[in-house]
Amino acid sequence: MNRFLLPLTIFGIIVGFLAVGLTLNPREIPSPLIGKAAPAFSLPQLHDESKTFSLDETKGQVWLLNFWASWCSGCRTEHPVLMDLARSGEVPIYGMDYKDQRGDALAWLDRWGNPYQVVAVDASGRVGIDYGVYGVPETYVIDKQGVIRYKQIGPLDEETVAKKILPLVKELQAQ
Amino acid sequence: MNWVIVLLLVSGSAWAGEARPMGDNPAIEARLKQLASELRCLVCQNQTLADSNAPQAEDLRREVREMIAQNMSDQEIIDFLVSRYGDFVLYRPPFKPTTVLLWAGPFVLMVGGGVALAVTLRRRQHMIREAMMTEDDRRRVEQLLSQRSKES
Repeated sequence: MNRFLLPLTIFGIIVGFLAVGLTLNPREIPSPLIGKAAPAFSLPQLHDESKTFSLDETKGQVWLLNFWASWCSGCRTEHPVLMDLARSGEVPIYGMDYKDQRGDALAWLDRWGNPYQVVAVDASGRVGIDYGVYGVPETYVIDKQGVIRYKQIGPLDEETVAKKILPLVKELQAQ
Repeated sequence: MNWVIVLLLVSGSAWAGEARPMGDNPAIEARLKQLASELRCLVCQNQTLADSNAPQAEDLRREVREMIAQNMSDQEIIDFLVSRYGDFVLYRPPFKPTTVLLWAGPFVLMVGGGVALAVTLRRRQHMIREAMMTEDDRRRVEQLLSQRSKES
């Protein structure tokens, strides 16, 4: 009996480690940007190329920055959630059209609806790199001082919005 | 025949007049290749930035290429990427409280295995010594052997 106790314990520990490892999502990489100032940008707007949209315009409010693209299927999945959130008026959503074609992006918004206050165009993906984006959709919660408070990698769903995004937004708005 | 030479000359001069894309600078490409093989492509996580064809990896390579052209040191370029993507972008993660297990784990296992081996070997040696013949055993063996020689 005693002979098997040690190997069994080691086996149990290894299984424990592997079990935890299996439940982790390898795509969820903790962002080093949380708690840091949102990187500045100034980009042309999707709906009116002659206008720009810059980070400074959002100062003083809690807002969401959503990286999306018309070619991204996950964005289609999360789109109804964003529409509901926009309709609720709880928090303004700004869009960042990431590495997309203007025509495709406009058609996409016409077809499915536009939840964004303003959409900026990041055609080269450079602002995406500044924000540590490696796949769309990604969503950032940014506070009144322009500090990134939360990053969602992958599509938002109703549960994440209700349990994480909205409570955080309310807390930040109260500050 | 003459027109071929003319054509070659014309195309040659046209080529020389074009700005050389940065991708052609062998010094930059060599450094990019060496740096990119240390960096992880975040889209296809088991590939290096050098191996990956993902559009995001291309963007990052472009970014690194530009930083090399600006004469930034390797450390500055790595810091730039880590500040955006975290340590995960490095194939050689730094030694920190969160990575202690990662770095020290194999050595802990090796030492543990060595200790287990030493203990087992010592115990086995002990068992062999215990199995050695006592004086009684020796007498009995001699008795049995002499019995057998008498019988034959």
